[in-house]
Amino acid sequence: MAEEVKHPLKKVLMICAKGSLEDVLATLVMANGAVMEGIETKVFFTFFGLDGITKKRMNKLHTATVGNPAMRMPGGLPFPTWLGSIPGVEAGVSAMMKKQIDDLDIPKIDEFLEMIDAGGGEIYACKLAVDMFKLKKEDLADEVKDIITIGEFYEMADGLQTQIIFT
Amino acid sequence: MAQKEYAGKMIELDDNGYFKSPDVWSREIAAEMAKENGEELTEKHFEVLEFIRNKVKEGQSLTIRSIEKSGITDIKGFYKLFPGAPLKKATLYAGVSKPSSCV
Repeated sequence: MAEEVKHPLKKVLMICAKGSLEDVLATLVMANGAVMEGIETKVFFTFFGLDGITKKRMNKLHTATVGNPAMRMPGGLPFPTWLGSIPGVEAGVSAMMKKQIDDLDIPKIDEFLEMIDAGGGEIYACKLAVDMFKLKKEDLADEVKDIITIGEFYEMADGLQTQIIFT
Repeated sequence: MAQKEYAGKMIELDDNGYFKSPDVWSREIAAEMAKENGEELTEKHFEVLEFIRNKVKEGQSLTIRSIEKSGITDIKGFYKLFPGAPLKKATLYAGVSKPSSCV
C-alpha cells in the first residue's frame, strides 16, 4: 500500500462577520493558534465583526443573552429568553464570561490583536463594511494592516495548502 | 519507543518527539537540538527555556502570554528567538512535554 502523503496547512484565511464576544474570540483563538503553529494567517473582519477591531468597541463586546439557546444559568439550568431582555442582565452575563475567559489566560481583544500581529499574523477590515458603518482607518485598531475588498482578500488565498474559514 | 542521542546521552522521546522525562535535560542537549535545526542558542534562549522548565515543574499551564508576562521577552521577541512555532519549539528544546494550551 502506498504511504499516505500529508500536506499540512500552510496558510489560513479567516473571515469574522459577527460581533459578539464569543464570535470574535473564537476567530482570534483560531487565528492566534494558527500563528503559533507557524501557519501564515490573515483575518478579515466584516459587518458586525468590525466591532472586534474598532478601538472604541473592541474591549466592550457582549455575549447575547436573547436568542441564544445554548445559554445556561450558572449550574446548568436553561436561561429563559425573557430574563436576557431585562436591562443589565446582558452586561452581567458578559462580565461573567469575561472573568471566566481571563481565568483561562485568554487575553482581552486588544491584547489578542497585538499577539497575532507580533507573531506575524495580518488583520484586515472589509471596505464595504467600513463604508457602511462610516468608520475611518483611525477608528480601527493599530494592528489593522489595511482596509480591503473581499476580492483582494481572496487574492491572498494563493498557493497550495491554503484554507479559508468563515466563523 | 523512540530514542535519540543528544550530547552523548540517549533520550527517550514520546510519540510527538518530546522528552518523556524532563530530568535528563541539560543545556548541552538543548544546544545540540537547536543545532539540528541550524539554530544557535543564546543566553536569552536559555532564560526562556529555564522559565518554561520551572513553570512546567510547578504544574502551571504554559501559554504564549505567560512567556510575555515572564518579562524575559515580548511576544515579538519570542517569535524571533524560536522562529516558526515558538511555543512548540521552545518546549521541545526545554525538554518538557508538548504544550496542551490553545493560547
